[in-house]
Amino acid sequence: MADEAPAISAAAQEPRHGMRLLITWIVLSAICDPLFYILAGPHMPPGDMSSSAADQQFDLNVLAMFAIPVVIGVLFYIGYALTFWRAKEGDEEDGPPIHGNTKIQLTWISVTSAIVLFLAVFGTVELWVPAGAGAGEGPQPIWKPDSSNILQVQVIGQQWVWTYRYPQFGGFETTQLELPVNQPVEFDVTSLDVIHSFWAYQLGVKADANPGVNNVAYTTPKALGEVTVRCDELCGLWHGAMYNYGKVVTAAQFQTWVQQTRTQLASVTALLPPFSLTYDPTNIATLGSVLTKLGLTGAGGGYYNGNDLEQP
Amino acid sequence: MSVVARATSLLIALAVVVAGIVFVAMHFIAGQPTVINYVPYASDGQVNVVMQTDPQNTVTNKPDWPSYFVQNPQTKQWVHTTYFEVPANTKVNMTIYGFDGCTPLRNPYFGKISGTIGDVEYINGKATSQLNSWSDCSVQHTFTMPGLGLSVPIASPTTLNENNNLCGTSPCTTAKGAANYGPYQLVQFSFMTPAHGGIFRWQCIIPCGLGYLDGNGGPMQTPGYMSGQMEVQA
Repeated sequence: MADEAPAISAAAQEPRHGMRLLITWIVLSAICDPLFYILAGPHMPPGDMSSSAADQQFDLNVLAMFAIPVVIGVLFYIGYALTFWRAKEGDEEDGPPIHGNTKIQLTWISVTSAIVLFLAVFGTVELWVPAGAGAGEGPQPIWKPDSSNILQVQVIGQQWVWTYRYPQFGGFETTQLELPVNQPVEFDVTSLDVIHSFWAYQLGVKADANPGVNNVAYTTPKALGEVTVRCDELCGLWHGAMYNYGKVVTAAQFQTWVQQTRTQLASVTALLPPFSLTYDPTNIATLGSVLTKLGLTGAGGGYYNGNDLEQP
Repeated sequence: MSVVARATSLLIALAVVVAGIVFVAMHFIAGQPTVINYVPYASDGQVNVVMQTDPQNTVTNKPDWPSYFVQNPQTKQWVHTTYFEVPANTKVNMTIYGFDGCTPLRNPYFGKISGTIGDVEYINGKATSQLNSWSDCSVQHTFTMPGLGLSVPIASPTTLNENNNLCGTSPCTTAKGAANYGPYQLVQFSFMTPAHGGIFRWQCIIPCGLGYLDGNGGPMQTPGYMSGQMEVQA
């Protein structure tokens, strides 16, 4: 009995580490989260130039504000443990057993489950509400903007150039991407050769361009300015050079540009195949007849010669 | 074997492997075609660049790959390369002898000449703003430089007879009677280089890699054949 008295006394003197950690963690998180949101939040990529970009920025801010307390908790716990629970020199005694601590296990499982479930629901809502969040939804999108005034723009990838067709304006094709502000846009993304990926960074739009597939993505530009378009899928020798720039302009400027461009390109528009959601360059009647007439087996459309030794 | 001998053997083996890696990196990855320098030959704000397209190239180990050649402005010899250097803020007068047969454009949009002065090219001296490669197979390759918005379809011999009698030895020549003579189209156009220096990649946008899946392999993916770069010196 005489030996137990000092042990009880030592336990009574031990500070309440759990409470210390919890309070400090709450205070630090309450300071850092708002600081992050105010200082870094507006600068999070990809900005807020379009509805989908703004939603992505919001998503990243939410994720960051969830992550910050976790990071703070881990780092602060490590620091606290190193400071207060460091083993004294010569102390080889085992630490207190915590195996079977139901309270800790329940807390851990409950908190992590709540976070994961919240993020799953949040992620689904954030795909749904902004009409696919600017991502390619495949040929039959399930999330569409709630508008009857959607501008259709076809994005065509070809090694190593982007071109854009405007089917609602006679189907002209151009290397310039121009969009009106505040009007929902439907991008119909496809390719004439290999797989590319249409990435309009400031618009928060990214959709793979697959040959023979129409990949649909939606967004609504919300601010005037320049848009950088890059290929985001390794697509051959000059994948890195496959980029150009687009513009978001006022509705009036867009109408002027459309009329001018349509007129300027009228002659080449007449040469284009009829607008289609996808194109098969190996199956164009006039192309085949030209080659037949000239007795050629040109490479220009996938005329696939299985006997060629260099065939990959 | 002593420790010293074993260590020496290991070091030698390591050196051989490193040397092999360096060789592969320098020779195959970092290596690039010869750059033809036109800068000293510019005068009065203009420079003349001369190229040709061949249906083959018998000067490499890929003789069935079509290829561009660039003329050395000093020696007038044709060099198997697609890299050339020009001054900034200069009018480039491009002459291309098109010796290859026709291959229709995959995307007829690129039948339109764009980015040249006047948005035209001259085919055998005749101004043209657009070619329909699908109706008469009049195009063989393109000279497309997206960074400058430049795209010019290169006209091709258009008759069956001409397409069956293309030049068979490169570099081709316009001198009738020569062994490497072939039918050709003379394509000329001009464009301005930007005021600043930089590297501008250009390519043929017709998938002309005969024998490769969808025509996109071989010469389409190899610098020095159907793609190259224009280095603009400020």
